[in-house]
Amino acid sequence: MSRVRDDYEKSLWNRLTRWVNGESDPFQGKMEMEPLRETEVTGDSVYNPDLLDRKKVEQYVEDTQKNKEMRAFRILYSMSSVALCLLLIAVLLLAVSWLPVLGDPNGPNNNEVSKRYIEKGMEESGAVNMVTNMILSYRGFDTFGETCVLFIAATCVIVLLRKSEEEIENAKEQDWAYEPKADAILQKVTLILVPIIFLYGFYIILNGHLSPGGGFSGGATIGAGLILYVTTFGFHKTQRFFDEKTYEIVKVGALTLYSITMIYYFYTGANLIESMIPLGTPGDILSSGMILPINIFVGLEVACTMYAFFALFRRGGM
Amino acid sequence: MSFVENFPCFSIVLCMAAGILSTPMKARQAKRMTMGVVALVTILSLATLLHVLSTGQSFVYTMGRYPAPWGNEIRAGVLEALLATVFSLVMLCSLAGGMDHVFRDIAENRINLYFILVDLLLSSLLAIIYTNDLFTAYVFVEINTIAACGMIMIRRSGRSLIAATRYMVMSLIGSGLFLIGLAMLYDVTGHLLMENAHEAMIRLALAGEYHTPLLVIISFITVGLAIKSGLYPFHSWMPDAYGYSTISSSSILSSLVSKSYIVLLIKIFYRVIGFDNIISSKIVNILFVFGLIGMVMGSVSAIMAKDIYRMIAYSSIAQIGYVYMGIGLGTEAGMVAAIFHILTHAITKSLLFLSAKGLNDVSGRKKVFRALQGAAFRNPLSGAAFLVGSLSMVGIPMLAGFISKFLFATAAMGAAPGKVLITLVVLAVSTILNAIYFLHTVIRIYTPTGEPTGARAHISAGAAVSLFCLILLNFAMGLLSQPITDLIQAGIETFG
Repeated sequence: MSRVRDDYEKSLWNRLTRWVNGESDPFQGKMEMEPLRETEVTGDSVYNPDLLDRKKVEQYVEDTQKNKEMRAFRILYSMSSVALCLLLIAVLLLAVSWLPVLGDPNGPNNNEVSKRYIEKGMEESGAVNMVTNMILSYRGFDTFGETCVLFIAATCVIVLLRKSEEEIENAKEQDWAYEPKADAILQKVTLILVPIIFLYGFYIILNGHLSPGGGFSGGATIGAGLILYVTTFGFHKTQRFFDEKTYEIVKVGALTLYSITMIYYFYTGANLIESMIPLGTPGDILSSGMILPINIFVGLEVACTMYAFFALFRRGGM
Repeated sequence: MSFVENFPCFSIVLCMAAGILSTPMKARQAKRMTMGVVALVTILSLATLLHVLSTGQSFVYTMGRYPAPWGNEIRAGVLEALLATVFSLVMLCSLAGGMDHVFRDIAENRINLYFILVDLLLSSLLAIIYTNDLFTAYVFVEINTIAACGMIMIRRSGRSLIAATRYMVMSLIGSGLFLIGLAMLYDVTGHLLMENAHEAMIRLALAGEYHTPLLVIISFITVGLAIKSGLYPFHSWMPDAYGYSTISSSSILSSLVSKSYIVLLIKIFYRVIGFDNIISSKIVNILFVFGLIGMVMGSVSAIMAKDIYRMIAYSSIAQIGYVYMGIGLGTEAGMVAAIFHILTHAITKSLLFLSAKGLNDVSGRKKVFRALQGAAFRNPLSGAAFLVGSLSMVGIPMLAGFISKFLFATAAMGAAPGKVLITLVVLAVSTILNAIYFLHTVIRIYTPTGEPTGARAHISAGAAVSLFCLILLNFAMGLLSQPITDLIQAGIETFG
């Protein structure tokens, strides 16, 4: 029988056995312990890695502005982003220097595609303006998509900025500070200019198939006229002829008619059915088949979108 | 021409028109119309798929009076029709499953705007799948980006606005690179139609002309689309965007939007640049490496994630990595596996998001894992759905995820010798990591709390049907994998 040491109670082995058996805790009484727990957060303001990073940095660094390492990091960060941009620019310039020369008659762009647009465009689509022929007739699907891009962009701005009627009412006091005072010179000039701008916009749209212009540029002109009017006379006066209801009717009407025209065009075109829309004599105002109505629809949509962007950023409603 | 061949065009224009008509509508009307249109589009896509299968060849549809290369054109083959069918079905399920949350999370006067965004998003997804023209693809990529951005920010909480801003910045960088690539491609080939650009491309590659610009074009287009789909180093927008938007948006964004860019990339690889040119340009190796890193890093971040939505979002990063790894193998088998995984991930990720929302609803909407304890007993259907989704993502036989992992592994065996071992090893590591975080959550939701569960949660009919439908799809893809793989194979063959 082996002899138990006198100081067995204090020996390392005894303490280890007791710890393994769970009889004692080596940190008991020596260290303040806190039970483990998960952070309890609800709602949207949960776990934010950026905030955690910032807190961690603040543990070690007192003055984040003057700290040496952080300044070095900031400089390195901006230097490397500049370097990346320069690299990208260099790659692009290198690639461009290898591309075919612009306007070369034997270049790959001067092929049968552009030849047909130039030579047969007027005869096939009926518009004197070649560009209009190309974007509204030959590649009409792309342009329809592009109009939908404008439509959805306006929708997203509405999602972000539209306020309810009460909010607008509440913000009115602050808004009036931005409203123009009755400035006689401005108002007189606007009264003269706005009708001319509108007229010119309509001219660009309606003449789009005969001369440079079309729905997009004409619509932007009309939109600019509306914006000028509303900055001079304020929203109250503009609402007498153009409020949210009018905006919706004009926009939805134009786009619906546009999609009906397009589906008719696609269906008849692909199934080789004779189109009901006459082409007319090229050069007349009522010619070029569906190009003229499409220009009008696009123009209305663009004008509405331009004005809507301004009005939503200005006060959150039309 | 058979009448069915009009269906792809009809479904695209129908979605656009539905979006336009939703503007003046009330929330309920817009909801009804959108659900009807999405269901109709699913049926039309299915009819197109059946038609393409019965004729055995793809068809092109002239969008208008002028044949390509002068006019616009769309093209439908087996692969396109299959993708359109699955995508619209997943869209329908995601909307039906998250409908009560749409009405709860979004302000009353903005709900109809949400349906505008959904309609236009679907139209852009379909157009990207069907397009045969590079510029049409770009126009609809734009619509897709703006709609996705709107769907994130429509909740208008602080976090979702930040997430939308991040998403927009990253996505626009991707669009910009893609556009520059397209412009230069047009400059050297003189065509925007995919077939003609492809012919010109082959001519240039044979003559050895424009070597440097072609390399720049390939890399810009690839990197641009990779940024937009959230490949590993460009993933930082994903967890926030998926974690803080309303649940239908998360589900649609993760399962459809990021996939559509990959589909476009595969289409450009095969139909414009030519797969041989892609392999000789070595860009696939870069995609391969980042795919592998993404597979591991996404899973590691998912393990460390603090709430269930962020966990599923990080898991998406890993799954995108899988898809790019498959593309990066540089073989047709790898491509088939990648496309199969696109479908698998689409149906599984939407299932996971919807069921996670169901579980979270019965757990006091706290965003910590501890609150989820025993949630599967309080909401049995969501629990079962989460179980099926997790097992599928981990890769348990009989489920879709197993087949995609199996296809990846078989494809790896046929790849270049340098890629075989590393693919298999990373696949194994990633599977184990997947198992860690998914099974950890599954065990958590199936651990009883000890408190009486009380009345079971009420689950809406739409959510129940859509969860059930997605579970069935998962089993269907796992059990009937051979026909689906054959379809994908046939689709890729008619691509080139």
